[in-house]
Amino acid sequence: MVNDNKSDTLIQKYTVCANDFASAGAASASVKKTLKQLGFSPDFIRRTSIAMYEGEINMVIHGGGGIAEAEIAENYVKITLTDEGPGIADIDLAMREGFSTASESVRELGFGAGMGLPNIKKQADEINLSSEVGVGTTLVISLFSGA
Amino acid sequence: MKLDQVMKVVNAKVYTNVPFGDIEINAACGADLMSDALAFGENKGLLLTGLNNPQSIRTAEMMDISCVMLVRGKEPDESLVNLANEKEIVVMKTDYSMYTACGLLYKAGLPGGDLT
Ligand SMILES: Nc1ncnc2c1ncn2[C@@H]1O[C@H](COP(=O)(O)OP(=O)(O)OP(=O)(O)O)[C@@H](O)[C@H]1O
Ligand SMILES: [Mg+2]
Repeated sequence: MVNDNKSDTLIQKYTVCANDFASAGAASASVKKTLKQLGFSPDFIRRTSIAMYEGEINMVIHGGGGIAEAEIAENYVKITLTDEGPGIADIDLAMREGFSTASESVRELGFGAGMGLPNIKKQADEINLSSEVGVGTTLVISLFSGA
Repeated sequence: MKLDQVMKVVNAKVYTNVPFGDIEINAACGADLMSDALAFGENKGLLLTGLNNPQSIRTAEMMDISCVMLVRGKEPDESLVNLANEKEIVVMKTDYSMYTACGLLYKAGLPGGDLT
């Protein structure tokens, strides 16, 4: 993790490794801990954590690993997940509930319901998914705290 | 329902050293795929799963779920128990199948998250 303090925002950066199911979720857990320390509401923390965790897992399973960056300000959190994996050919299809290209071995590890991206959309206030086949995928998840 | 009652209803064994006598849960969900659990609305709940790896604990952690119950008599992996102790999440196992464990808890008065 790298902490890069600007005046009013905190940036936390993590490397997320491909196919590492023992430590997958560690970045999201670390951001969750920070949000708790900063006193965000439990509901806001929970929504942020679920959305980031789903995105982090997608980088582990589908994206060949990548970088997770959390920008934390007083009234918002912006999570940027960037990978240089295979990319997504049809984003509308990928966003659909139940659509998954996960293999049987991934399903045995507890993933591949095709619910991750829909869950992210449900929990976040804004998402932006951009991808190019053969180049990689970037998912930006934003949540605004009411306070 | 208190976690010690949950334990009695499905005759569960506890693997963590997290104190749980006072933990009260208000709903449960059963899932082997973690995104199905993550779509579950309720927090402060119980997750019943056959998934015996640390991602079941990560999922519970993100959702503020206080107990993970492994079904079908799966002895939890050490890596799962270690993470659970660190995150203060209670891990139990029951010999009952997913269907039976959920049914017994439901009958004892613990609703699903979609009914609370
Ligand atoms: N970072 C990524 N790189 C490449 N493909 C991706 C990426 N994220 C998602 N996808 C594609 O989009 C599909 C849908 O993703 P989604 O998270 O909704 O479901 P899943 O990961 O397959 O299963 P679940 O999230 O329920 O465990 C994936 O199966 C995969 O084909
Ligand atoms: Mg996913």
